[in-house]
Amino acid sequence: MNWDGWIPPLLLASSLLPGLIIFTLAEEQVRLRTLLNLGGALVKLALVGWMLWGVYHGHHYEMRLALLPNLELVLRADPLALLFITLSAVLWLVTTVYAIGYLEGSPHRSRFFGFFSLCVTATVGVALAGNLITFLIFYELLTLATYPLIVHRGTEAARRAGQSYLAYTLGGGALLLLGTVWLYTLTGTLEFTPQGILDNLGAEHHPTLIMIFILLIAGLGVKAALVPLHGWLPQAMVAPAPVSALLHAVAVVKAGAFGIMRVVYDIFGIEFAAGLGVLRPLAWLAAVTVFYGSLRALFQDDLKRRLAFSTISQVAYIILGVAIVGPLATIGGLVHLVHQGLMKITLFFCAGNLAETLGIHKVSEMDGVGRRMPWTMAAFTVGVFGMIGAPPVAGFISKWYLGLGALEADQGWVLVVLAGSSLLNAAYFLPILHRAWFRQPPESWPKERSFGRQETAWMLLLPPLLTAAMALAVGLLATLPFSPLEWARLVAQREFSQP
Amino acid sequence: MAAPFIDLPWGIILILLPLAAAMAAFLWPSMAKAVGLVTAVAVVVAVVGLGWQLLDHGLYRHAIGGWGAPLGIELYADGLSLLMLMATALVGFAVSLYAAAYFKAEDAARFWPLWLVLLGALNALFLAADIFNLYVTLELVGLAAVALAALTGSATALGAAMRYLLANLLASLAYLLGVALLYHGFGSVDIAILATRIAPAPVAFAALGLITTALLLKTALFPLHFWLPPAHASAPAPVSALLSALVVKASFYILLRLWLELFAPLGAGAGIDALLGLLGAAAVLWGSVQALRQSRLKLLVAYSTVAQIGYLFLAFPLALASSVAVWSAVAYLALAHALAKAAMFLAAGNLLRFGGHDRIADLDRAVQRLPLTTAAFALAGVSIMGLPPSGGFVGKWLLLEAALTQGRWGLALVMILGGLLAAAYVFKVLGYAFTPAAVAHKSTAVPASMEWAALLLALAAILLGFMAPLLLPLLGIGEPFGANGAGP
Amino acid sequence: MNTAVPYALVGVGLFALGFYALIVHAHLLRKILALNVMGSGVFLLLVALARRSGVALPDVVPQAMVITGIVVAISATALALTLMLRLAAASGRAELPDGRED
Repeated sequence: MNWDGWIPPLLLASSLLPGLIIFTLAEEQVRLRTLLNLGGALVKLALVGWMLWGVYHGHHYEMRLALLPNLELVLRADPLALLFITLSAVLWLVTTVYAIGYLEGSPHRSRFFGFFSLCVTATVGVALAGNLITFLIFYELLTLATYPLIVHRGTEAARRAGQSYLAYTLGGGALLLLGTVWLYTLTGTLEFTPQGILDNLGAEHHPTLIMIFILLIAGLGVKAALVPLHGWLPQAMVAPAPVSALLHAVAVVKAGAFGIMRVVYDIFGIEFAAGLGVLRPLAWLAAVTVFYGSLRALFQDDLKRRLAFSTISQVAYIILGVAIVGPLATIGGLVHLVHQGLMKITLFFCAGNLAETLGIHKVSEMDGVGRRMPWTMAAFTVGVFGMIGAPPVAGFISKWYLGLGALEADQGWVLVVLAGSSLLNAAYFLPILHRAWFRQPPESWPKERSFGRQETAWMLLLPPLLTAAMALAVGLLATLPFSPLEWARLVAQREFSQP
Repeated sequence: MAAPFIDLPWGIILILLPLAAAMAAFLWPSMAKAVGLVTAVAVVVAVVGLGWQLLDHGLYRHAIGGWGAPLGIELYADGLSLLMLMATALVGFAVSLYAAAYFKAEDAARFWPLWLVLLGALNALFLAADIFNLYVTLELVGLAAVALAALTGSATALGAAMRYLLANLLASLAYLLGVALLYHGFGSVDIAILATRIAPAPVAFAALGLITTALLLKTALFPLHFWLPPAHASAPAPVSALLSALVVKASFYILLRLWLELFAPLGAGAGIDALLGLLGAAAVLWGSVQALRQSRLKLLVAYSTVAQIGYLFLAFPLALASSVAVWSAVAYLALAHALAKAAMFLAAGNLLRFGGHDRIADLDRAVQRLPLTTAAFALAGVSIMGLPPSGGFVGKWLLLEAALTQGRWGLALVMILGGLLAAAYVFKVLGYAFTPAAVAHKSTAVPASMEWAALLLALAAILLGFMAPLLLPLLGIGEPFGANGAGP
Repeated sequence: MNTAVPYALVGVGLFALGFYALIVHAHLLRKILALNVMGSGVFLLLVALARRSGVALPDVVPQAMVITGIVVAISATALALTLMLRLAAASGRAELPDGRED
């Protein structure tokens, strides 16, 4: 008997079941809840490790379940899926530790962790989806499961942020649904297939396909926070820090970016899409988003909002990598999916630490904070250099491949975008470092909590240190097997007919 | 082992048992609750038995007492009837569970006999084989429903019930006039026989007009929905659930069946299908916008019913080109709405009892104070919005697919827009369930069985999203959805 | 000329008359009476249509329907009258409440 087909559903169950059980727990059952949280995260990580090894050795992990006439729920772990799943699984574990520390003593933790687990389940489902309808199902589930986390604090501001978040994401979901059904009426299949499913459609269908592409990208672009569909992201920052860190910096925006990858690579096929002429406008849109996000970030004093606008800009790199047609650019986009996640989550963890420990929410309050919290700010510094693209941190690798890809595809203008955005990144991040390390600390911090000899609780400190170390490691060790870069190469090979 | 079980006359049991139980509950009020609960369970068993029979033998036809048409009463069941019976049994069971804790003393003594009559009448309606028996059962359903709607005895409820009754009686008489014309024109009231005889004569069109208008009034399709929101909103919660989930579906079921077997060719020729689609679209938009504007929870849910009924009518203009898929979608939507809307009304009833009011802006942290109820409302909302995975999503997907295949963009956009508006009003409620109210209110405990009954129905609506491979073939038993397609 | 036709026409006329009264009168008793007139119209039509030319005995099916219909009409009228009395007791007026409750 071959058990490979059961691994994808198990992967979902490893966060779904703990989540459902956690809902039923009383507030004070801290130990059991922690055990379930960490146990689920570890089991998921183990399963992911197993599958990485298996896929590398040619195993096929797929599960199918009839859903509608001629349509199935398909869960499949192909290399692209695993890239995203590995990122989510690793960061889920780290963020769970962080969230346990961050929310210690705050109310309604069972509800929080329950929905947190559901979000991770939905994210993994998005990654595992083997066709567009399965993707759609988990994509909408992700929207629904994140809503309670955004309004978690129950304030009027949180409620409003939640409404705005839904207006964007459910609107996007509706466009995605429309595009998906329309596509289905043309093709009769929605299966994700390397190099796409549209080869046999004649030229008379091209105008329709362009419309469908626009619908799908608009639907996915909301979560990926492409300009002008990005408005929800800065508002969603009212959520607790772990939510901003994992969900908004990683899961939700990545679900959008990942969906764009699936649509371009595995529904349209990158070469077919290039032939349709839809990728050039997408590249421009991504470039505009890169600049817009950076420019807005420059003027934010609220640290989390500055990071949010930075996310908008950074996620657009991934889309840029997709839209510059060529294997090298594809590798750059794919690998940035992982790299941006590692770096941005580090920055959000650090921002959370500053808020939790010292009550600092604004950039202007960060003078001299490096002396008070050296370890946190060290991790922050690594993240910042990664974002700017300085070697040897991970971000450098992404930008390098994006640049090479642009040259290979004869699109020199992208280099201007890359250089310009790196300058802007430096312009909005380096002043923070300057303040933190070289200015005098104030007499007292806005709202300081003492943690004895440590700068903050170890459960808050460990996660950013770990992710910062990983951001360094994937940059330094990029050529080793199983590094994100090597894995991205493996994925890219499948998507181009001529390597 | 299975054979004796299978061969019981389930159809007759489904009708007689609730009626007998109603009598018993009326005569011995102290036993009413027990009788009601046992009957609700028995009806679930009987529907399973009937389903088994259908799967085994195909169509079910039974002439009561050996008297066939035209004077006797015949029972008939196919996949569509079975689906409606399943919805009735499931919703009926959950509502009974809920009502057992909801009604006390005198109210209970009034509720159970009426509800059991309604249950028997609904079952009889879904099993009726001729248009005159449909009239009788429809009238029974209507009278029981009106009496239930008036149960609280408040001036508001009585006024709403009165309006409901007048609309109902008017519709019944118009329907009966249509029946008389059909009998006069084609010499039978049996649906199957009429199907072979009906022809595009003036008398057929007059009957079509009368019967369709009558059933639209009973189904509360925009703009004939005026009686529904006050009646559904002022009834006690379990009654609201029954009215919105089942009673409205009963008249829709008749319309669907008559349309499928008799009127489709006539109606499409006269452009009536296009008109129904247009009214459906207006209902979706108008009902949703009205729901969004409400500040009372129960009125919001009632207007949501007006909108969701509209969805059922969007199918009519699509049916000519791809009938089986479209009618399956409609049946699925009706079933999903029955489960989800019942769950919503029960959840609203819990919130109302808990806080002593149903002002949406003052829901006051319901999410942590009544988590199961809020979960039930949210899950039911997912199905109402047509988001995956849920029964509502399956129905909407099939309908959307048909609309886009036929290039009917207007209908497709209405479906999408209706979903977004539904999301807006559902999350309006859920958002306020997280925030604290400005002033603290007293709260009353809600029995666990009332919370679980709502959650059970909501979970069923979600689970329906995975049941399409099982249920769609079941729908294919018999004429309308079978291989022959719609109509004769 | 079929002798049934005048009866049938009167039946339809009663139906229309009742419908008109149902719409224009505000008092609930009048509305209930109007519905009864409409019902009588339908029954008259059914009985008229039961006549079969050339056969002495009329068709029994419509007759059976009329009997059933009358039973239904009596129950409905009883319920309507009860509701009306309760409403009049509760609100002081035997009329439908104005507008809608929203």
